[in-house]
Amino acid sequence: MSMIEIRNISKWYGQFQVLTDCSTNVEKGEVIVVCGPSGSGKSTLIKCVNGLEPFQTGDVVVDGISVADPKTNLPKLRSRVGMVFQHFELFPHMKITENLAIAQVKVLGRGQDEARERALKLLDRVGLAAHAHKYPGQLSGGQQQRVAIARALAMDPIAMLFDEPTSALDPEMINEVLDVMVELAQEGMTMMVVTHEMGFARKVAHRVIFMDQGKIVEDDQKEAFFGSPRSERAQVFLSKILQH
Amino acid sequence: MLNLDFSFFSWQVVSGYIVKGFIFSIELTLIAMVGGILLGTLLALMRLSSRRWLNLPAAGYVNTMRSVPLVMVILWFFLLIPLVIGRPLGAEISAIITFTIFEAAYYSEIMRAGIQSIPRGQVGAGYALGMTYAQTMRLVVLPQAFRNMLPVLLTQTIILFQDTSLVYAIGAYDLLKGFEIAGKNFNRPVETYLVAAVLYFAICFSLSMLVKRLQQRIAIIR
Repeated sequence: MSMIEIRNISKWYGQFQVLTDCSTNVEKGEVIVVCGPSGSGKSTLIKCVNGLEPFQTGDVVVDGISVADPKTNLPKLRSRVGMVFQHFELFPHMKITENLAIAQVKVLGRGQDEARERALKLLDRVGLAAHAHKYPGQLSGGQQQRVAIARALAMDPIAMLFDEPTSALDPEMINEVLDVMVELAQEGMTMMVVTHEMGFARKVAHRVIFMDQGKIVEDDQKEAFFGSPRSERAQVFLSKILQH
Repeated sequence: MLNLDFSFFSWQVVSGYIVKGFIFSIELTLIAMVGGILLGTLLALMRLSSRRWLNLPAAGYVNTMRSVPLVMVILWFFLLIPLVIGRPLGAEISAIITFTIFEAAYYSEIMRAGIQSIPRGQVGAGYALGMTYAQTMRLVVLPQAFRNMLPVLLTQTIILFQDTSLVYAIGAYDLLKGFEIAGKNFNRPVETYLVAAVLYFAICFSLSMLVKRLQQRIAIIR
């Protein structure tokens, strides 16, 4: 059984179709990079995986649990899938440790001490233990995104979703975030990553999905994708972003 | 021309007439503020809901309350409720309930703006961590909305404090009433109203100065 199964999902905003019959699987321990031009539906697709975006037809099954089934306890399912956002979305009114502890306590029911301990351990892992007592606004973008990754990991997720995690960062901060993600991938975390960072894709991805106009155009093993993408659209896209 | 005489003003006058009214005005302000903000937040959440059966009644309530004069609501509530429940309600209790439900409409518009000022992504982050709607609101959105809107909420409370003087319409004993009775008893209405004006001014002006400083501090934090 795959960790994440996306089965023929389609989604419309009114008349406008954002996703058309998208299907793919993510196996346990697999790292999938989703790329494509802006407006191609990559972010929408990844947000369908944990039900942050509703979709009209098809289904997503995460570890055997259907997202579309109205009987599914969505908050519970989401608590098991970590998500990292383009704009970090740390809670600005809480200190860093509280950001990491709050959902552990309120959602998983862990004790304050246990949650704090776990938080500090993960902050140490992303190299930010010294900033535990600060507020998000006092950190740089790269540091905030690392905190956001630690916050998601604090829930002991079975898979991680990344929605353009480096797109809002200054260039000199991108690597510190990618380093954490590479480490995570090498430890065997199941990951679905929307990104334009092809270096990251080459390094740790198993498969690359290319999307255009709401459709999955390519779904290849990494070597095949970078070697010889079949669709012309993917070739053009690759040549554009790899030019420099 | 003006022949003012404040010599009758003593501690006895203050403790005999003014303190009682002052306490009620403060009590009314504080209860209506806390109750109004709680009820107002609930109304704001209802209004922002996508479910019509929640947002339509809330919008209707808020728009109605904001479209009628407060003094009329005070009167209607005072006169109508005894007819409904079959026994008279004291002027003070009546005033407290009226102010709470009336101010809730104004507080709800402030909270609605506050909630809308929080980026949608914050809600997504709460949900993504497995929080329910209620948890996301209580732990993530409302604390931020409340902090952002604190100066406006307090400004509304200052207006509320001034408006408490409208309870004269139903004869409740508030700060202004205290001055009025003292003025009548000593036959010095002009003087007592003058002192009342100075007191209202001093309280409201210093409170708005306080709000101004608070606003600057919040601006720095953000």
